[in-house]
Amino acid sequence: MAIEYQYPEYEVVRDHDRCIGCRVCERQCANCVHAFIEEKERMTADESKCVNCHRCVALCPTHALKIVKNAHTFRENANWSGQLIREVYRQADTGGVLLSSMGNPQNHPVYFDKILINASQVTNPSNDPLREPVETRVFLGKKSHRIERDGRGAILPKIMPSLQLKVPVLFSAMSYGSISYNAHEALARAAEALGICYNTGEGGLHEDLKKYGKNTIVQVASGRFGVHVDYLLSGAAIEIKMGQGAKPGIGGHLPGSKIFGDVAKTRMIPAGADAISPAPHHDIYSIEDLRQLIYVLKEATAYQKPVIVKIAAVHNIAAIASGIARSGADIIAIDGFRGGTGAAPTRIRDNVGIPIELAVASVDRRLREEGIRNEVSLLAGGSIRSSADIVKAVALGADAVYIATAALLSLGCHLCRSCHAGRCNWGIATQVPELTKRLNPELGHARLINLVNAWEHEIKEMMGGMGINSIEALRGNRLMLRGVGLTQKELDILGIRHAGE
Amino acid sequence: MEYLIIGNSVAAAGCIEGIRRRDKTGAITVLSKENYEMYARPLISYLLAGKTTEDKMRYRPIGFYEDNNVSLLYDPAAAIDVRARTVETVGGRRLSYDALLLATGARPIVPPIEGLDKVKHRYTFLTLDDARALGASLRPDSRVLIVGAGLIGLKCAEAVRHTCAAVTVIDAADRVLSSILTREAAASVEAHLAHNGIGLRLNDRAARFEGNTAYLASGETVGFDILVMAVGVAPETALAGLAGIEIGRGIRIDARGETSAKNVYAAGDCAETLDVSSGTVKNMALLPNAYMQGECAGLNMAGGRAVFDRAIPMNAIGFFGLHILSAGSYIGSTYTETADGAYKCLFYDENALKGFILVGDVEKAGIYTALIRERTPLCEIDFELVKQKPSLIAFDRAARREKLGRAV
Amino acid sequence: MKRIYVREEWCLGCHLCEYYCALADRGGKDMARQLKGIKIKPRIRIEEGKEVCFAVSCRHCTEPLCVKSCLTGAIKKEGAGVVTVDREKCVSCYTCILVCPYGALSPAERGTVQKCELCAEKPGGPACVGHCPNGAIVYEE
Repeated sequence: MAIEYQYPEYEVVRDHDRCIGCRVCERQCANCVHAFIEEKERMTADESKCVNCHRCVALCPTHALKIVKNAHTFRENANWSGQLIREVYRQADTGGVLLSSMGNPQNHPVYFDKILINASQVTNPSNDPLREPVETRVFLGKKSHRIERDGRGAILPKIMPSLQLKVPVLFSAMSYGSISYNAHEALARAAEALGICYNTGEGGLHEDLKKYGKNTIVQVASGRFGVHVDYLLSGAAIEIKMGQGAKPGIGGHLPGSKIFGDVAKTRMIPAGADAISPAPHHDIYSIEDLRQLIYVLKEATAYQKPVIVKIAAVHNIAAIASGIARSGADIIAIDGFRGGTGAAPTRIRDNVGIPIELAVASVDRRLREEGIRNEVSLLAGGSIRSSADIVKAVALGADAVYIATAALLSLGCHLCRSCHAGRCNWGIATQVPELTKRLNPELGHARLINLVNAWEHEIKEMMGGMGINSIEALRGNRLMLRGVGLTQKELDILGIRHAGE
Repeated sequence: MEYLIIGNSVAAAGCIEGIRRRDKTGAITVLSKENYEMYARPLISYLLAGKTTEDKMRYRPIGFYEDNNVSLLYDPAAAIDVRARTVETVGGRRLSYDALLLATGARPIVPPIEGLDKVKHRYTFLTLDDARALGASLRPDSRVLIVGAGLIGLKCAEAVRHTCAAVTVIDAADRVLSSILTREAAASVEAHLAHNGIGLRLNDRAARFEGNTAYLASGETVGFDILVMAVGVAPETALAGLAGIEIGRGIRIDARGETSAKNVYAAGDCAETLDVSSGTVKNMALLPNAYMQGECAGLNMAGGRAVFDRAIPMNAIGFFGLHILSAGSYIGSTYTETADGAYKCLFYDENALKGFILVGDVEKAGIYTALIRERTPLCEIDFELVKQKPSLIAFDRAARREKLGRAV
Repeated sequence: MKRIYVREEWCLGCHLCEYYCALADRGGKDMARQLKGIKIKPRIRIEEGKEVCFAVSCRHCTEPLCVKSCLTGAIKKEGAGVVTVDREKCVSCYTCILVCPYGALSPAERGTVQKCELCAEKPGGPACVGHCPNGAIVYEE
C-alpha cells in the first residue's frame, strides 16, 4: 500500500456524556463520517472524510458534537504553510489540477473593511427611516442624456428597457445543475416576494420556475446551455456572462454525473454528457462582436429587455467597461476576485483578478469622465457580505449589488468549500435526491426574505444617518466614505479621502 | 322525538351519542337491567385482577346521562308492542317511543350437565354482579375450575390466578381460544398460560359434577371449590322474539341497524351482523362493533342516513403480559412468521387480506385490520412489504397523501 | 382544528421528531440528561423505505375508531378535537392498536397505551413540528 500523505484536516469531538446515540449525525452525513458501533452502543467517526460542513453539529439534538481543526501540524514554516505542503502532496498523488469551491479564502486585503461611512452631526440633519421615507428602489438600465419636455413644459417620458428593484440587491448567477432545483426555487420565490431578481446562471430555466419570470435574469454564457427564444422571453433581463470573479479567463465544467433528468433537459444536452462552457465565447473577440450578440438578443426579445454584460474584475477593467458601455449593453455587472463558484481551479480562484472595491470605483470614475455613465448601470458582486458592504459599494459607484454566497449561507451553506464534490450536506450544491430534499424551499425562501429585509432595514438606517433619503443620492457619493490604513494610491483609486481628512 | 333504549351498555352509549349528534333535545330514556351506570363488561376481569376499580370502570364520565339529557331507569323491559310503539317494564311502567333501540346484549350459555345445579359455588362471568360474587367467594386456598377456554374463561383464569390456590381450565376443543386462534397460534399461548400456572385440560369436557368434583369425559376427575361456567354467550333475543321481530343469528338488522319492525333498531351483542371479511352473517359479540352499531342506529333514529357495513370479527386480548390481536376470517393462503416468541399469521386470497393473528408483537396491527375492513385490493399496495411489517409505506404516494397529508 | 400533517417530500428520515417527542413526554429541557441510556418509545414514528420516509402520528380522525373501540372509555375526543388517552383508566387491552388504521397508538413506557396528543399542554405547539429541521411535519388548520 502506498503511503497516505493526506491526514484528516478536522477532528470530530464528541461528548459521550451528552451523546444519546440517536444517530442523526450518521444519517445526515453524506460523507459517511459517523457510524454507530452496535456492540458498544456508541458512536464513532472516520475523520478523514469530514469536510467540516457542520451538518451533524447543527442537527445534533444534545449539542454533543464539535468539529475542530486537527492540531496535527508540520514543522513551523512561514513560507511553506501546511496548506501548501498538503496541496503538493495531493498533486503528487493525483497529477491533477487542484479544485476548490466558493470564494477566494486567501488573506488578501478586504477594502470594504478599510472604508468607513459618514453620519450627520449638527450641521445637517439625519433622517429617521421609521418616520421618514428612505427610498431603496432602483432602476437599472440606460438613462436618457437629457430631459425632454413638450410645448406645455410637461416631461416627455423616455424610458428604456430597465429592471426595477425594491432594494439594490440581486441574487447572482448560479446554475440549475451547480445548485439544486430546491435552491433555485427558494431564490426565485424570495426574489418575487422581495421585488428583486435572481439569475439562472448558465443552466437554463426549469419549466416550473417560468412563473417567476418577472424576477428572473436569464443568462447566456459561452456554452449557450438552455438558451432558446422562449427562455430569453421568459426573463426580465438577459445577462451575457463573459467572465466570473472566481475564475476569470476560464470556462466552466459541470461533470456528466450531475447532468441527468431535469438538469439535462433544462440545459438541452444529453444526460451524462459533461457540460463544458468554453473559456471565451467563440464568437466574441472584440467589443464589436459583443455588440452583435447584444443586438441579437435584443432583436430576439423585441428590444423590451435590458441586457447585462457580466465580466470578472481584472487589471484593465475600466477600459473594458468603457467598451462595453459603448457596445449597447444596458447594465454592466462586475464580479470581484472573491466571488464564489461551484468549482474552480484553486490557483485561478486564489490568484487571478482584482478586488471589487477597486474595480467598481475605477469603472464608475472612468465612465463619468467619458460622459457615458448614464449609458449603463453598474452591478457590483464578488463578496458582498453585509448591508455595510452594499452601502459602501453604492457610494463607490455601483447601482446595485449581486449577492450569492450570502444568499447560500442563509440557505444553510457553511462554506465548507466542497461544492465540487457534489455531496452537499445542506442540499444546495448537489443533485443527489436524498440530499436535495434537505433544502425545503418553503423554509429556504423565508430565510432569504429575512436576510434581504434585514439588510434593507440596515441600509435605511445607514442612509438615514448620513441624511440621505434615496439610493440615487448615495450612488457614487464618495464624500460619504473615508479610508483607514490605506495608501494614497489606494485612496486615489477608490476616490475617497483618508479618515480625518 | 321520544327515544327509548333497552339496555345500558356500550351499544346504548353509541346510540345516545349518535342521537345527540343530530338531535340535541329529543327525550332519551334508557332501561337498565343492572343497577349500575354504564360500564364495559370486558372490564370485569381487570376489576377482579385489581387492574382497575369500579370507579374507573365507568364507560363515560360522571354526569354523562345528565349532560346528554337521558333518563336512566333501573327497570328492565318486560314486553314490546311494536304496533302501539310502547314498551312495558318489569316495574309496571308503560313507555311510548318514536324510535326504539334493542341493546339487550348477550347472556351466558350454561349447558345442561348432570349435577351442575347442585354445585354450591357456581358462577358465570359476564356482569359486574358476577365478578363481585366470584370475587367475594375467592379464598387463598380456593381451587377454581373454569369450564371454557375462550375469551371469557381465560380472562377469568388470569384474573383469579393470583388470589387463589389453583386454576384449571377445561375445554372440549383441542386448543385454547378456538374461535380466534389456529392450532399453531394457540400453542405458544398455551405454553405461556401453563408457565403462569394455569392448568389446561383440552380435548376434554365435564361429564358430570358430584359435590366438589368434576368427572371428565376422559375419565379423569378434577376437584374444585369454585366453578365458573364460561362456555360462551348467546344473543339475548327473547324480548324481540316475543314482539314478533325477526331473529336470525341474533336480532336481524339491516345496514342501518333497523330490525324487521319499523323504527325499532338493534345493536351490539344481541344483533346479527354481516362480517365483511367472510361475507357471512354472524353474531359478533364484540365491543367496537357494539359501539359503532349503536352509534349508527342512533344517527338513523334521529333521522340520519348512516350505514354500518364495516364489521369484521376482531379481538384484542392478553394474558400475563402476552398480547394477542386477531381480526377477520382465517381463509385463503397463509403467511407465517415466528421470531423471538412472537407469532404472526396472515390469511389472504388473490386480492385481499382476509384475516390475521398476531401473538406477542402487535405493533401497528391496525394497518392489517384496516386492509381487511376496507377490503383494500392487494394489487394497490406493496403486499410483500406489508406481510413483513404493517406499514403505510406500502401504499402509493397518493394514498399516503390522503392518509397523512390532509384531515381524515 | 389544527392537526399535524406530514409532507413526505421533505422528510429526511433524521428521526429527530421521535427524540423530541420522547423528550416532551418525559419533560425537562436537557435531552442528554433525559434520554441518555434510554430506549425511546416515541408517539410519532418514522417509516422508512428505499426512497421515501415520513413520520406517522395520530391523525385525530373525525370518526376515530380508537375512541369508538376503547373498552374503558379512556380514549376520548375532546372538544377541540384532540384524541386523548386517560392513562389512569386504560387497562392496556390494545383494542385501539388493533383498530387504528395508521398504527399511531403504541404501548407506553409506563404500561398502558400512548398516542400523540399534540403536546396539548405545552405552549408553542407539538414538539415534533417545532423541531423538524425541514418543515416535513406541519401543524395547521
